[in-house]
Amino acid sequence: MNSNQSTDKPNIFTLGPLEAGPACCDPQPAIQVRDLSLLYDGMIALDKVTLDIYQGCITALIGPSGCGKTSFLSAINRLTDLIPGCNVTGKILVHNQDIHHPDTHAQTLRRQVGMVFQKPTPFPLSIRRNLSLPLNEHGITQKAEIAAIIEQVLRDVGLWDEVHDRQDVSALSLSGGQQQRLCIARALALQPKILLMDEPCSALDPLASGVVEDLICRLRGRYTIVIVTHNLAQARRIANYAAFFWVSGRAGQLIEFGRCQHIFESPSHELTAAYVNGARG
Amino acid sequence: MIWSKRNILFPLKLTDSLLQGILRAGAVISALVMLLISLFLVVESWPVLGQISPVRFFTDTSWHPLEGAYQLMPILAGTLYASVGALLLAIPLGIASALFIVYYASPRLAKWYKRLVELLVGIPSVVFGFWGLTTLVPLINQLHPPGASLLAAILVLTLMILPTITLTAYSALMAVPAEFLRNAIALGISRWGMIQGVALPAAKNGITAGIILAAARALGETMAVLMVAGNVVQYPETFFDPVRTLAANIALETAYAMGDHRAVLFVSGLLLMLLVMVLSGIAGLLEKQRHA
Repeated sequence: MNSNQSTDKPNIFTLGPLEAGPACCDPQPAIQVRDLSLLYDGMIALDKVTLDIYQGCITALIGPSGCGKTSFLSAINRLTDLIPGCNVTGKILVHNQDIHHPDTHAQTLRRQVGMVFQKPTPFPLSIRRNLSLPLNEHGITQKAEIAAIIEQVLRDVGLWDEVHDRQDVSALSLSGGQQQRLCIARALALQPKILLMDEPCSALDPLASGVVEDLICRLRGRYTIVIVTHNLAQARRIANYAAFFWVSGRAGQLIEFGRCQHIFESPSHELTAAYVNGARG
Repeated sequence: MIWSKRNILFPLKLTDSLLQGILRAGAVISALVMLLISLFLVVESWPVLGQISPVRFFTDTSWHPLEGAYQLMPILAGTLYASVGALLLAIPLGIASALFIVYYASPRLAKWYKRLVELLVGIPSVVFGFWGLTTLVPLINQLHPPGASLLAAILVLTLMILPTITLTAYSALMAVPAEFLRNAIALGISRWGMIQGVALPAAKNGITAGIILAAARALGETMAVLMVAGNVVQYPETFFDPVRTLAANIALETAYAMGDHRAVLFVSGLLLMLLVMVLSGIAGLLEKQRHA
């Protein structure tokens, strides 16, 4: 399907300003999705999506509301398990491991595949406890080790200078942008390979949004990032790949997938062209 | 702020001012009732408080009010033992039931279980007392006579405050935003990890409020305790010893109390109210500490 288009045009991989930087964009698939369909109470929400998400790159999922982007994202870390009446068919391989295989434990999967949500949601605990709680849960209990990880991830998200001397105050006292960066730090603390982000900037003011966006760019290469965004300009700025979803009837479909530049500048599908040019959606 | 609120409402229509009047009257009446009750208690206990030093309530040799001996301590102890005992049993049970309803039971079972607990709230205390007297006390008697005892009081009180704790903990847990739970699960945190790491801390305030409500009820519960506690004024040495509580003491003796004796009963009422006030004071402090 569309996922093969990028390989049809090998020159795409060597073009464009986004390739500048580390050699993170060898097209090694980190996530392979095959014929993924999602049903809510028998109603089809996502129809046979097949695509590869490449390691170390930022892949943006774009499209109008209700086209299944978030459902797609939640299927990757099996958060869909929690939704009553939700049925997932098809195959998802994360680093060549079938996530629906009986031997794959959802908790282990979610440790590898971190997620950041639209609304910044630090737990109503101290900043330190927000970061140590998931670590404790995954068997890391040594104080020195935890402190080192906390410092590392707070530095990674640029919060260390802002909060290192007040780690014991409630995380709820941080500003919205800081809270979102704390949530990213919390996800990073588990050293995931993949980060799923569901509109991480849309609840933030423009300045905070810019800071988080820069942070996401800095994470490129170290993590495979899949980001849902309604901000097309943002997708264009940060993403290496873009997947365009559209809703036909009630079912979301993947219309087109390819290099970001390709999707935005020379889309193969007229729906994509209309959407990225603001004519539809 | 009040002024700006007023400005928004301005100009007041007739119905608005009527409603405002009713609401204001309601607020004033509630506050007034509380004040009047306190005032009444103070006025009624004044003859004794003015005459004999309050120290005597703790230093007199015994509780023989007709002979002018007003040692309240054993009764106070009985009250505290019964209430604390009931809380120690009801808090873990109540929180566990609430966790069961919210996180473990199937929706169907949760619905019925919750209904059952709600029913438990509606059982009149005299029925609890009756059941305690006819079923629980004989059972305890077989174990260790006389049966009417601190243990019986604790068990009956536990049953009475359990639904309060369960239902308030349930509401508090239900009010924990679903985002917290989703985030916790997305971090690969297990259900129990999520409950003790996120849900319980987030619901702590509501649960504490429920516990205080339950404690106030346990302290003041009269009828059921009176029917099963044995009502002997003494420091209980074991759980099988009969005890008397402040509330039961008032109920037992008001009918024939006169003069100083009557006033001392009001003092014990005042004491009971102070206990409850201290409790809500502690709750307030906890709240403040959390937000500090």
